[in-house]
Amino acid sequence: MCDPVRVTDGGRDEVRAAVRQALSVSLATGLYGVSFGALSVAAGLDLAQTMALSLLMFTGGSQFAFIGVVASGGTATAAVATAGLLGVRNGLYGPQVAPLLGVRGWRRLLAAHLTIDESTAVSTAHPPGRAARAGFWWTGVGVFALWNLFTLGGALLGDALGDPRRYGLDAAAAAAFLALVWPRFSGPHARLARLVAAASVVAALATTPVLPAGVPVLLAAAIAILVGMLAPAPAPAPAPAPAPEPAPEPEPAPAPDRPPASGPPGHPPAGGTAEGGHP
Amino acid sequence: MSPTATWVAVLVGAAVVLAIKLVGHLVPEHWLAEPRVARTASLVTVALLSALVAVQAVAQGQALVADARLPALAVAAVALALRAPFVVVVVLAAATAAGLRALGMA
Repeated sequence: MCDPVRVTDGGRDEVRAAVRQALSVSLATGLYGVSFGALSVAAGLDLAQTMALSLLMFTGGSQFAFIGVVASGGTATAAVATAGLLGVRNGLYGPQVAPLLGVRGWRRLLAAHLTIDESTAVSTAHPPGRAARAGFWWTGVGVFALWNLFTLGGALLGDALGDPRRYGLDAAAAAAFLALVWPRFSGPHARLARLVAAASVVAALATTPVLPAGVPVLLAAAIAILVGMLAPAPAPAPAPAPAPEPAPEPEPAPAPDRPPASGPPGHPPAGGTAEGGHP
Repeated sequence: MSPTATWVAVLVGAAVVLAIKLVGHLVPEHWLAEPRVARTASLVTVALLSALVAVQAVAQGQALVADARLPALAVAAVALALRAPFVVVVVLAAATAAGLRALGMA
């Protein structure tokens, strides 16, 4: 976490570097919005619902999970629960960026809405002060604008394509999730992460024939909570930093998140180069 | 899901996700500093995404089927191992499945 006291008023070069990185991360994440838009329409959502997700939910991982549950025929409750659980990491970013921004009132609400893998990653990769603030706002606003613009383009494209299976969009959805989770296998808790992933796959597939759609995925979350709370104490906490996830999230994922090299989409490039970072 | 149910889910889901983000900006930092909490949150993300990969790759309703999605996922995994960007991974998977289906695979 950043020490809120050590606020330097970053030089103009630092601010410029933050803005530059913000723009390249925004572009990479935005492009990823095309796949979200197309997959959302393929999952059965209409254009307005697809745009509502990108405008209002605005976090890649949760959005992809939401349409994944809808596509599999899951209930509204399962879709909301899955999206909410995948959004939990955004809640962990708040304590990291709030001290850097120091905003109140409606600006705080806006900052919260823009708190995703990418904005957190870029912000915390620069010195506290003007550069960190510039990184957060330029990335947050940039990703928001491009993510929504490209979602619209993807949704219109998906609408025009027709049968999603013919274009392999169902396989693309599986690949998108794989790309989102990939960086987590080499990040903090890599060994535990692989174990949980294997158990999740087995549990989800074993219960798919017998449980209502959407529930097998939630069962995997329950396994993770058990393992996370009961496994031997973690090594000195790596700050719940914007895990290298796909961001456009995504996230750390994505949505909007990621590790530098094998940066998952949405991973904020740690360090300096945003190239290749995904939203 | 009916269009109305989908709308309700979209709006409630968006509200839940925003509420979680806002809580992060309002709670005292030390509440979330507990290593187990951070680790668990990270593992929940891994579990959900992994389960979604599996379900998206082989589930068809409540049945499990092996079709063009599996080889497409394998191609995606190879692309990821080679550090291909997200968009490239997704496009390669779609092209693989589309190509196999054009050749007659389910």
